[in-house]
Amino acid sequence: MKKQATITREKLGKLILTVVMSIISIVYVLPVLAVVLNSFKLNTFVKTDTFALPTAESFAHFDNFIKGMTFGNYPFVNSVLYSVVITLLSTGLILLFTSMAAWYIDRRNSFLCKVVYYLCVFSMVVPFQMVMYPLSKTADQLGLNTPWTIPVIYLGFGAGLAIFMFVGFVKSIPLEIEEAASIDGCGPVRTFFSVVLPMMTPTLISVGILEIMWVWNDYLLPYLVLDINEYRTIPIHIQYLKGSYGTVDLGATMALILLSIIPVIIFYLCCQKHIVKGVAAGAVKG
Amino acid sequence: MTSVKKKNALQKPLSRWGWFFLGPVLVAFIIGFVWPFIQGIYLSMCKFRLIKDAKFIGFDNYVAVFEDENFLRSFWYTALFAIVSLVLINVLAFMVAYVLTQGIKGSNLFRTVFFMPNLIGGIVLGYIWSMIFDGILSQYGTSILQNSTWGFWGLIILICWQQIGYMMIIYIAGLQAVPEDMLEAAKIDGARSDQTLFKVIIPNVMPSITICTFLSLTNGFKLFDQNLALTGGFPYIIQPDGSSIHTTEMMALNIYQTFYSSGSRSPGVAQAKAVIFFLLVAALGLAQLAFTRRKEVRQ
Repeated sequence: MKKQATITREKLGKLILTVVMSIISIVYVLPVLAVVLNSFKLNTFVKTDTFALPTAESFAHFDNFIKGMTFGNYPFVNSVLYSVVITLLSTGLILLFTSMAAWYIDRRNSFLCKVVYYLCVFSMVVPFQMVMYPLSKTADQLGLNTPWTIPVIYLGFGAGLAIFMFVGFVKSIPLEIEEAASIDGCGPVRTFFSVVLPMMTPTLISVGILEIMWVWNDYLLPYLVLDINEYRTIPIHIQYLKGSYGTVDLGATMALILLSIIPVIIFYLCCQKHIVKGVAAGAVKG
Repeated sequence: MTSVKKKNALQKPLSRWGWFFLGPVLVAFIIGFVWPFIQGIYLSMCKFRLIKDAKFIGFDNYVAVFEDENFLRSFWYTALFAIVSLVLINVLAFMVAYVLTQGIKGSNLFRTVFFMPNLIGGIVLGYIWSMIFDGILSQYGTSILQNSTWGFWGLIILICWQQIGYMMIIYIAGLQAVPEDMLEAAKIDGARSDQTLFKVIIPNVMPSITICTFLSLTNGFKLFDQNLALTGGFPYIIQPDGSSIHTTEMMALNIYQTFYSSGSRSPGVAQAKAVIFFLLVAALGLAQLAFTRRKEVRQ
């Protein structure tokens, strides 16, 4: 009898915890819900009735979204396009070149390799503010200030973490497989691309997700490097709208914010497992 | 590289392919990091408007940094912010992780929800919360840009919302690695649940606690986007001598403003601030390394 009582008490405790967590979860999504609500309200009501449902008086239909498309005299579609181009190109470059470099660094293990490796580890503790001024000037001089060339800078500044993670993984791959390939007549290039690279898939996914999240959300680097009259990524565009005080249309801004977080949330829900794993793997970054 | 490796069959054929494997990263790394870093150190000891006419002036910029009241204030503000956010984030994240590893219904759903804000970028986060805080504060005739107390706690709330989920993931991994037989032994010995928590669970998740503590500390120090978007340093207090104190400005934003704001005196001073900022953040990183190493030896 006593045992049964403890079991029911335990069950009750768990039930209470579920209820408490449910309430906290609802509170947790409220900010996103507020964005959804306010993206359908007329500008003047966003500030005064932030938490009210849109009424007949304050409801703006899809006007905010339509207005937002050309808001600030800049087509929002372009921002999306540039964000996508920069994110995909940068992530692709980083994955390809740092995985190659990491394999070479670990297997060749020469003096230069060690220097590069330790420089990479060192670069992980350097905050962006330390290099941003000279970096933005260098980027201008070298013509790395367009969405198609800025990935080179992301490759350079983002190499540290990627190489660190890839080297950690390469160390765990047994050498015998590559030695066998080399005895069978594979050159280093073929050994890497047809033997090593496929084995690196889990780390490629983890690093890829970290880089996508970093580049997609990055504001300061593209803001300083790109010519912002011509090229604005989504964060730059949103900062530009809100930052220009005076005639800010809050309703339209919220509509754009909503449009910019919807793909992120879909991406998250689709590959949640990989994202959580990748982010946890990146926790080594200090 | 950790240990001296024995020669392997790959080393020799690889030696001719260095340009191919290492070349691209090396070039980008020099452009994107090494060269700007060296230039940054040099420029911190120069007076200039444009890089090409930089004049070496020694440590004058550093002297100017320590006379800059606004920068010193931003340091203390940042330190306070980092410590308060560190405590709140870690305590709350641990509690959530602990509850979610008790096998309650809906754990996966809760985990998904708590982690979600972590994917939203800093600028967007800042504007979401500035709308919310202004929605509340406008009822009282004020705004987050006019009230520095709200500016501070607003940023704390924002950062908790963003980072609790992240730290929770690391804590969950740590909690799941606590040996099952230890928990069982504690139960058989009749340990109360608080005894189990403090004597068994917490010592076992110490590595996760170390990682999360340092992570939230360095994140706090490096915070920029959220600070810029939520308050941008406002409200300003105008001093009698005409200069202004930016009451909610953190170090990274202060450095940025010194470089680029219209009234900026010399980018050299800003670069000197950046070097000091780097030394501070790097010291935190090294402290973490030393701390985790010592722990590893002891185990």
